[in-house]
Amino acid sequence: MKRFRAFGLLALLVLVIVFPVLIPDPGFDSIAIYTLLYAAAVTGWNLFSGYSGYISLGYSSFTGIGAYTLALICTHWQIPGGYIPFLLLPVAGLVAGIFAIPMGWVALRTRRVTFVVVTIAMMFVLQALAFNLSGFTSGSSGIIFPITLWSGDFYNIPYYYVSLVLLLLAIAISWWIRNSKYGLGLLAIRDDEDRALGLGVRTWAFKLSAYVISAFLGGMVGAMFAYYGGSIFPASAFDPVVNLSVALMGFLGGVGTLVGPIVGAFLLEPFQQYLTIQYGSVGLNLIILGSLLLLIILVLPGGIVPALHSLWLKRMASRGAISQVSHAMEQEEGMLLESAEGKRGNR
Amino acid sequence: MALIIDALLSGILTGGIYALMASGLTLIFGVLEIVNVAQGILVILGAYLSYALNQHLHIDIFLGLLITMPVMFALGLGIEWAFIRRLKQDQSRIMLSVLVMFAIALIIEGVLNLIFTPDLVTLHAKYIDASWPIGSFYLPRVYVFSFILSIVLLTGLYFLVYRTQFGYSLRASMQNRTAAELIGIDVRRVSAITFAIGVALAAAGGMAYGATNLFNAASSYDLISRLLVIIVLGGMGSLRGALFASLGMLIISDLTTSLWGSQWASTVFFVLLVGLLVFRPQGLFGQLGGRKQ
Repeated sequence: MKRFRAFGLLALLVLVIVFPVLIPDPGFDSIAIYTLLYAAAVTGWNLFSGYSGYISLGYSSFTGIGAYTLALICTHWQIPGGYIPFLLLPVAGLVAGIFAIPMGWVALRTRRVTFVVVTIAMMFVLQALAFNLSGFTSGSSGIIFPITLWSGDFYNIPYYYVSLVLLLLAIAISWWIRNSKYGLGLLAIRDDEDRALGLGVRTWAFKLSAYVISAFLGGMVGAMFAYYGGSIFPASAFDPVVNLSVALMGFLGGVGTLVGPIVGAFLLEPFQQYLTIQYGSVGLNLIILGSLLLLIILVLPGGIVPALHSLWLKRMASRGAISQVSHAMEQEEGMLLESAEGKRGNR
Repeated sequence: MALIIDALLSGILTGGIYALMASGLTLIFGVLEIVNVAQGILVILGAYLSYALNQHLHIDIFLGLLITMPVMFALGLGIEWAFIRRLKQDQSRIMLSVLVMFAIALIIEGVLNLIFTPDLVTLHAKYIDASWPIGSFYLPRVYVFSFILSIVLLTGLYFLVYRTQFGYSLRASMQNRTAAELIGIDVRRVSAITFAIGVALAAAGGMAYGATNLFNAASSYDLISRLLVIIVLGGMGSLRGALFASLGMLIISDLTTSLWGSQWASTVFFVLLVGLLVFRPQGLFGQLGGRKQ
């Protein structure tokens, strides 16, 4: 089974790598780029909100800061379009991470619903600042990124692979946290923060550092969003719809799991784009999307990945009753799966 | 000085309207432990219902409330029965409720966009176009009427919650759900009615909002973020908190607008909110939630 999983992952990776070569259609590639970016964003969101249980509905604070950082660097130092802005993505991430320190310092003093609202409020403060500090951010007229002179067919390719790298980086960080003592501490905070503190988890340091790491990834993804879009405005950089989409994708896939956010983004983002293209003009897209979300939440309240996981365990259990050998195997498999799907923290 | 008094007056008048919308939201949170993020779009739905009655049947917008509030009450009962009742009472309840209510909000927004188009509209009545001069100020009648409406409904709500048998059950369910069930209160029924009352208040709030603002379905996003901020500031589940926070928010916003500039109005408010929550995470009138995270 282990080998099967490895092969599956490898095949998926190869498919993702050759996708733009197989389907050179710019429309599809642009949807694919947004999907990859959203997957990276949700993974970044999840490694703080999912693992620690502090649900943030203000993730676009960080994507917005990243986007503005890259845009301001490009205009102030007259950086030409092309590959150089890609190299500046870590700078955008760092700036978002630095901003996250005081923001987290304040926000993390609150819990539960209050935390959710504080994160929303902070995003609106940042949006208002982007509007009002017009000498610095050029306010509502926005900032245009330098033009990139790539030919039509090739244009999407670099963006695609940089987005893919961002996603892989996000997954790597998320995987590392999930399998470290640090991640275990975060899960302990999710399950019972006061008890975790009593047991010696330095909750404050854990929460704040995870918040900053999450912001770092958000900053890079946001800069990439903006650079691919070509321009940036206060309302599009600090967008409440992005906040909600990120959280929705996380919940759809399964919060606090490693692959849940990716599954959520890969399902929801293309579907959303398809609905907008197909039914956006008639105005049916919101109704269809809402009904579908409602259905999924009511049928699978834990998210897709945990639901599939328990289904899998059930199947293995019924098979395990037949032979003892497979029983031992399935136990090993179950433990492996649990550690991968985020159940370990509950034990 | 005149500027400040003017700002205070308009802050109090609009604050009353927001208190109406926020009290529904905070009641729903207090009893059902769900965050009704659809409250924004329900307010807009209420405004559109008044608009439709006014446009097609020429029913006065204030009298129309006698129709729209019961209709929205029934809608609230329906939503509670169909979706909220199915949410489990566990740790994930609050977040799942956000998602469910958001999905419902999306559907309502889509339907409103289909029926009414995204063009901005406002509610009209002849007798509210004028203003009353008081000294050197002018009080727009529409604000005064809406404010009176808010006072009447909030007083009614106060009596319902603090002076009736149902109110006792409601407050008991709010304090401790299990204990309330143990002493024989039908918490599910109380929950359903509370939710419906919250939605009916949204209808009235929507009428007042629609009479004082241009609106379309997308206005709900701005509204819900303000309402959430208000009830967090006041303390989740506290009616008094919702009232004082609404007045405080609108007065501060209006003062900032007249002293500094309208673009800073919400910034100042949000900064004050964040500052306050650092020292009082439970809000002005809220109670600390024990060990629950």
